[in-house]
Amino acid sequence: MPEPILSLSGVCTDIAQYRILHGVDLEVARGGVTMLLGRNGVGKTTTLRTIMGHWRARAGTIRLHGRDIIAAPTAAIARAGVGYVPEGMGIFSDLTVEENMVLAAVSGPLDRMRLERIFEAFPPLRTFWRSPAGTLSGGQKQMLSIARAMAEERRLYLIDEPTKGLAPAIVSTMAAALRNLKRQGASILMVEQNFAVARALGDTAAVMDDGRVVWTGAMADLAGDTALQERLMGLRMEGA
Amino acid sequence: MSEAADRAGVVRRLPLADRLSRLAPVLLVPVLVLVGLAAISSTSSWLTLTVSGLAMGMMIFIMASGLTLVFGLMDVINFGHGAFISVGAFVGVSLLMALGEMTGAPSLALNLVALFLAVLAAMAATAVMGWAFERVIVRPVYGAHLKQILVTVGGLIVVEQLIAVIWGPEEIYLTRPEMLKGAVTFAGAALERYRLVAVAVGLVLFLAMRWVLRRTRIGLIVRAGVEDGEMVQALGYRLRLVFVVVFVAGSALAGLGGVMWGLYQEVVTAGMGEEMMILVFIVVIIGGLGSVEGCFIGALLVGLMQNYVAFLEPKLALMSNIGLLVVILMWRPQGMMPVVKAK
Repeated sequence: MPEPILSLSGVCTDIAQYRILHGVDLEVARGGVTMLLGRNGVGKTTTLRTIMGHWRARAGTIRLHGRDIIAAPTAAIARAGVGYVPEGMGIFSDLTVEENMVLAAVSGPLDRMRLERIFEAFPPLRTFWRSPAGTLSGGQKQMLSIARAMAEERRLYLIDEPTKGLAPAIVSTMAAALRNLKRQGASILMVEQNFAVARALGDTAAVMDDGRVVWTGAMADLAGDTALQERLMGLRMEGA
Repeated sequence: MSEAADRAGVVRRLPLADRLSRLAPVLLVPVLVLVGLAAISSTSSWLTLTVSGLAMGMMIFIMASGLTLVFGLMDVINFGHGAFISVGAFVGVSLLMALGEMTGAPSLALNLVALFLAVLAAMAATAVMGWAFERVIVRPVYGAHLKQILVTVGGLIVVEQLIAVIWGPEEIYLTRPEMLKGAVTFAGAALERYRLVAVAVGLVLFLAMRWVLRRTRIGLIVRAGVEDGEMVQALGYRLRLVFVVVFVAGSALAGLGGVMWGLYQEVVTAGMGEEMMILVFIVVIIGGLGSVEGCFIGALLVGLMQNYVAFLEPKLALMSNIGLLVVILMWRPQGMMPVVKAK
């Protein structure tokens, strides 16, 4: 079995005096899409933020391409090829769409071919190219957030609830873009509450509860077993 | 916005009220100037006071611009910023005095060369000092506001005492370079040459700063960092390094402001930076934390207000800017053009 692109072992994270992650074990396969699922407040976002170094893990190891990054600065983790789409989208609203994209191309000027592909996936970004990102709608901001992560070749994407609060038509645009990313061989770790999207995109799933990963397996196994869903997440997933 | 519009990318135009609301702070300066014209019966006095107010505002802007970015980028409250103003003034004035032959010559070119050398020396000294200040005093207290206030005030006191040790405890009186003395007459008003130079320098610096912030990558990083530093790091930029660059640049600008303020007042004292910090903080707060444009407009408002009120009602001059601060914050509690989100 090939070495996973990302692996977490026994990761514990505290926020203030509270322990949020109680020893997370997780692997993301190279070229695979792992969906991180679970109820609200079980530590999914904290897991992504800990991987990015926004919050420091108190214990455990986080290996990216086999290298321990638990103490690495956030910028170094990003430069190692990790694209991050945070839950709040992280758009710079005072900057134009163009400036947001230029900033995301850390290693040099934006690649025109890549930009054209992004425009194909998200046409509004071409229209709003010179507009302040703060004037975009919620769906367009989310498009920009994902487009920004795609501005350069990344080896791993960490995406936090990309379809949250979006209208169904925008969700399908988003899902199509992520499917395309998957086809290009990207490795993705994604937090997603929309089970239809999770089922369509995910190869594997990891379900969290109380700061731990309590189940891992093939997405198809979880999607096909409503009893398992109820046991792990307390409800039958919408679209299952 | 509708789903279809979302997908097609229909351009959404901001409502008129929103557009006017964004423009309102910019309009405040001409409004204040017109109010001044209406309140001051003599046009020549009004013109003199307006130029004086603009000059004062530009100098305050130069001193305050670095501080607002430092706060915006790393959430650092630096009460020691006044130390750079004082040190810049003393270094610059010392060099000007040493270049007495050049400053005393009736040659604009020689005067400007002397002034340029003094400014360069002041900025270099305060840049180095800023680098050391960040490393020794600010870095250990990132994220701890109370400690920041205590140690930066402590740093300010130490620097003021060092100035007394190096330059002596007395204030130093100076005269401006020969060609910057006196005034030119325009529309019956006497306009001090030095104030016109100060307005020009402030304007050039503001435009240069705006260009850097809007047209260069480092400027983009700074603007983005002020808004969401965590995300800038998640894109792969070392924000700490950017912060050090901004801190050093802000210190150098404070040094420049110190030289200019010293020449404006024709006296320098160890405590001048500390005294200026009151106006600097007012400008940073009413401008909106992290906003260079807001800082610029705020500085002009403070300069104009101080001059108009001092002429019309001298007893109210001292509290006029506090009044301005109160009114602006009642209108916009986060300042006129806030970039940093409320914390």
